[in-house]
Amino acid sequence: MLEHESISNPTHSKTTGLPRKRFYRARAHSNPLSDSHFPVPISPSQFDLTLHYPHYFPSPDKSDGSKKIEFADIGCGFGGLLISLSTLFPDKLMIGMELRDKVTEYVKERVLALRTSNPGQYENVSVVRTNSMKYIPNYFEKGQLTKMFFLFPDPHFKEKNHRRRVISPHLLDEYAYVLRVGGIIYTITDVEELGEWMTSCLDGHPLFEAVSEDELVADPVVKLLSTATEEGQKVERNDGQTFRAVYRRIGSCVPH
Amino acid sequence: MEDNHMEENEQKLEKEVAPALIAVHPNQLSVTVSIGSDLRVFNLHDGSGAKLLDENGGHKDSIRAIRYSKSGRFFVSAGDDKLVKFWDTNSWHCFCSVVSEKRVTSLAISNDEMFVCFADKFGMVYVVDIRDYNYENQGSVNKKAVPILSHYCSIITRLEFSPDGKYIVTADRDFKIRVTVFPKEPVNGAHEIQSFCLGHTEFVSCIAFVSSQDCAQGLLVSGSGDSTVRLWDYASDTLLDTCDVGAKAGLLNSNQGQEEMVPAVTDLCAASDGSLVAVAIQSLPGIMLLSCNLSARTLSIAKVVAVKGETFIPTSIGASFSIPLLWMVMGASSLHNTDSTLLARVRVISGFGSNQSEPVSHETSVLEDTEIPGGEPLLQELQGKLSIGEEAFSTAAEAVKTAMRNLLIKKNYSAERREVRKKGRNDKKNQSPA
Repeated sequence: MLEHESISNPTHSKTTGLPRKRFYRARAHSNPLSDSHFPVPISPSQFDLTLHYPHYFPSPDKSDGSKKIEFADIGCGFGGLLISLSTLFPDKLMIGMELRDKVTEYVKERVLALRTSNPGQYENVSVVRTNSMKYIPNYFEKGQLTKMFFLFPDPHFKEKNHRRRVISPHLLDEYAYVLRVGGIIYTITDVEELGEWMTSCLDGHPLFEAVSEDELVADPVVKLLSTATEEGQKVERNDGQTFRAVYRRIGSCVPH
Repeated sequence: MEDNHMEENEQKLEKEVAPALIAVHPNQLSVTVSIGSDLRVFNLHDGSGAKLLDENGGHKDSIRAIRYSKSGRFFVSAGDDKLVKFWDTNSWHCFCSVVSEKRVTSLAISNDEMFVCFADKFGMVYVVDIRDYNYENQGSVNKKAVPILSHYCSIITRLEFSPDGKYIVTADRDFKIRVTVFPKEPVNGAHEIQSFCLGHTEFVSCIAFVSSQDCAQGLLVSGSGDSTVRLWDYASDTLLDTCDVGAKAGLLNSNQGQEEMVPAVTDLCAASDGSLVAVAIQSLPGIMLLSCNLSARTLSIAKVVAVKGETFIPTSIGASFSIPLLWMVMGASSLHNTDSTLLARVRVISGFGSNQSEPVSHETSVLEDTEIPGGEPLLQELQGKLSIGEEAFSTAAEAVKTAMRNLLIKKNYSAERREVRKKGRNDKKNQSPA
């Protein structure tokens, strides 16, 4: 059966059934300003979870309404972090958001292959192709998420392109909206200037406060930031430095 | 060859014809019409046109938004010339001109008249603090605009303050309505999003609050390119009701051809007693009235008020707070460069809501030119001419419709056209430096 599959599906490995990265390569950069044509749910209630988590949502009417996605990996790339988180938090639903078509396909195939070869596992993870800078409120309700990840985002070096950065003072308003009070935002980069930028944006935002060093040490997720992804592993191989900014969503204390 | 031709046409249309706008002083002391870069004011309290005084010569390009403050003390106008101008309504002197980085699409004034917010074509919303303006000495003031929030890379079509002043609501071209807490010190930004009202399936073109003395918090109504008007409990992002106005107005053509272009809602105006909402729709010669029940939280179609004797498709509507008249204007900035005065047509409908003394009747009627407040002198001043020819308007209505569609509906290029457009990109490494 595997042989037959390999003939009709050269993009997947014969032995593991996992997709081969070289068939899913894409440019590292994608323009977040362009209006690509992919379907976006009109509102979070219209987000069809039966496609993503068939184990938990077998059909539209037979859904467990209490289970909601809690972790979102923004710009998930080839899915390294999500795959690690899936077994670390088997009861939590999580999703990756990625702008690049081919890369999203790769993650989809990877998840499907893992579900097949590990029955009962990886049912809690999925990926969606979307522009999270424009459509986050379409996918998540107010205060729905408990963790958001921004791993090695595109630095957009030129000053005129700084507005394309995924962490910015105004976009943080939306991330604060979808994050529950007490929820955590995790960011990491190997570009020092970007690390300073993200820290300064988060520091300057009234709804986020820095997570203490003690808590960072105790959080099992923090280690994954630099080791779980392709990008992170590359940085480690080259003995590069990484810059982390991990913040907690706090309640509003602004008078109004 | 054909592609070049298409590209040119698009550019011409994108010269963006601007619709004529109308605003009414809250106590109907004056009425203002803007058309192109022209601002025309008629003072109803003394029956004459007002002369606008501006050292910088007024607006230089199409005006896109106009507004009276809640008490009527000042008036704000802004548009394609990237200027936001503040006018004292007693002297009609421009006491402040704020520069915007990009072209302004809409503006709103806080109920306490301390702040003016405006939005631009790139989704940025700014605030100007005018608390310290001295109405007595009426000198000019210098103010800077501070960014407070943003809809990422989306055109903001409207912004409004909630009746209790707690929130600022912004609507955009990506079908979204965002309700944000408006803090006491907005110069630090408006970071706390209260809710998103999501449900429209096309660009949101206009929003308005419906409130009454019994329901001070009010509800939000929104009009969209999807041809519906929706009613929202905005603080909890609950969709309460949807009215299919395009269908009900009998405007949906089954024989449209390839593209099903449903008529977009272009403007909304709520009566001050919270009982009615007037809706202007593309291709509808007249107004649709929706009746709103604030306690039951419902919105339903009451009737269509047709304007007889002429094809009058309003481009903007407005009303005062105290007098139940709906003012409407139809007009557009010229497509071609002509020296002739830009023409607009003004009509008024009575019975829009109720006076405190009279009971709610909903007997609406379109007033004749001689019956409207200000009469013929007002029409002469605001229209540019007393009687307007029919031909002038059919082109104006079509031009405004096309302009709105080009601006707000996402272009759906075929795969081949996308490839051609990509070739024109200037960020490729192997292109020779200019």
